[in-house]
Amino acid sequence: MGMRWHLYKKRLKSTWNVYKRNKKGMVGLTITLIFIFIAIFGPYITPYDPKKIDKTAMWEPPSFKHWLGTDNLGRDILSQLLYGTRISLLVGLFATLISMALGTLIGLLAGYYAESLLGELLERVIDFFLVIPYLPLMIVFATVMREMEIKLPLFWIVIIAIGITGWSGTARVVRSQTLSVKERQFIERARSIGAGDFDIVFRHILPNILPLVFAEAVLTIGGSIIAEAALSFIGLGDPTHISWGMMLNYAFTYAAPLRGAYWFFIPPGLAILILVLGMTLTGYALDEVLNPRLRER
Amino acid sequence: MRRMGKAILMKTVNAIITIFAVITFNFFLFRVMPGDPARVLLPKQVRASPELIEKLRRFYGLDKPLHVQFMNYVVQVFQGKLGYSFAYHEPVARVIMDYIWNTILLVGVGEGIAIILGIILGAVAAWRRGEPFDLTVTALNLIFWSMPEFWLGMVFILVFGRYLKILPISGIVDPWLFHENVFSYVADVLRHLILPSTTLALIMLASYYMIMRNTLIDVTTEDYIRTAKAKGFSEKEILWKHAVPNALLPTVTTVAIGLASVISGALTIEIVFSWPGMGWLTYQAIVRRDYPLLQAIFLITSALVIIANLFADIIYTYLDPRVKI
Repeated sequence: MGMRWHLYKKRLKSTWNVYKRNKKGMVGLTITLIFIFIAIFGPYITPYDPKKIDKTAMWEPPSFKHWLGTDNLGRDILSQLLYGTRISLLVGLFATLISMALGTLIGLLAGYYAESLLGELLERVIDFFLVIPYLPLMIVFATVMREMEIKLPLFWIVIIAIGITGWSGTARVVRSQTLSVKERQFIERARSIGAGDFDIVFRHILPNILPLVFAEAVLTIGGSIIAEAALSFIGLGDPTHISWGMMLNYAFTYAAPLRGAYWFFIPPGLAILILVLGMTLTGYALDEVLNPRLRER
Repeated sequence: MRRMGKAILMKTVNAIITIFAVITFNFFLFRVMPGDPARVLLPKQVRASPELIEKLRRFYGLDKPLHVQFMNYVVQVFQGKLGYSFAYHEPVARVIMDYIWNTILLVGVGEGIAIILGIILGAVAAWRRGEPFDLTVTALNLIFWSMPEFWLGMVFILVFGRYLKILPISGIVDPWLFHENVFSYVADVLRHLILPSTTLALIMLASYYMIMRNTLIDVTTEDYIRTAKAKGFSEKEILWKHAVPNALLPTVTTVAIGLASVISGALTIEIVFSWPGMGWLTYQAIVRRDYPLLQAIFLITSALVIIANLFADIIYTYLDPRVKI
């Protein structure tokens, strides 16, 4: 165990040394870390309670009192934005965890059993989820879960709906990678000393695919955050938690663009844009570093 | 030629199987909903008597075993009977017919602009790799790619509807305008189309641009380009006559894969601009809890994407010289 840990540490260090030299990657990582910092500490430094209604200060433009103005109910926009960072990031993170677990498992099995009926079937399922428009699918999942007899909290419905829709891209990548890894010699060797299917898939193939899954995960978090915004915008979000998507929903419902209340909807959209951009840069840089084939270009 | 026919047949069969999968998926997904599906067929506000629910159950055949229900559902779908919308008090199929063409118009125009612009910008950027043009356009594309499309729509409403007041921001025609002839009507529709289709095009642009740019960079390192250079062709000729046609192929494939996300993007854009299409209808179905309508929209949009995908696939088969031999 000690030996293996030492090896991981060494590999991590050399990966970091290559990553450091990637300028776009470092910009992306910095942006991402700043947002994570805000997500952790933001709610403690909000100037106001983000849910506190103040009927004497509705639709106020930015001022010294309210740096980013107030919304239709007089709630402070900056406080909502800081608080929303945590919610949006958490939704993105949890949804991505579901997507990665599903995508990796289905991709591994589809690749390892590619020649059998199971593999063929799983490949079909992956293609099916790839071709279906994801937002209508997410909407259907969310609606069905809202109507189920077991009452799930809305917060988790949003997460699950995004998570079980967004795994197919990862599954496709993992499947093709598994196809190539399983042909390598060390797999043959493991099999010859009596390793079973389970051992080969999870202890020999999976560790070789994890770096790829990691890069996929960073890219998927960005997509999940945009998906949360879209679901909330449509009205399938969780109104008890203020996320960036929920802010955009309120802004649109109360016609902020037509009222010229730019402070109401520009900040949350800009926050999504910058964070997703940061994560995309990080994800692509990770892909380049962890996939040497791409690095050569 | 025969091999091509066989490839097309295989792809058609595949598409039909996928559509069947969507129908099955759709049926069982909505059956998972609350204990009694008959309850879902009624508006939420209605307190239905047990007699009414029983009547509905019998009317929709919900008292029969599941596999019989499923068979009935499949038959009805192919007869175009998609259920009854209680929000619009009309058969769902008729409601969708009124809205689907508006979505096809928006998606067609938005996609068209995105593909053409993506190919041209991508080609030029690849040729000028690392130069200011490439860096600026790539950065802009990445920025558009990272924003929620409906947010871009809201920004456009602020700029063009509130500040400049030069473009219509809602609906498909001006309800207060009297159209004396077809041309003024078409002109009105086109004016309303500008903002939603531009929003869609800007968001979709990035994927076509990136594929075109990256493929072209790969192509330019190939031998025949070097040969063309050695023969003394001008840079412009090499780019547009030799390199671009070969890079178009992967871009066509992207068009097919991209369709699923175009439909998703158009959905929220339609809501922002009140464009009376399938996305706007989806919003109505959610807000009014009109589940028969929602179920049918999901079925129709998925089928549309699968069919469009099939066409892109067939075109690809025609374009790829390796399949023709």
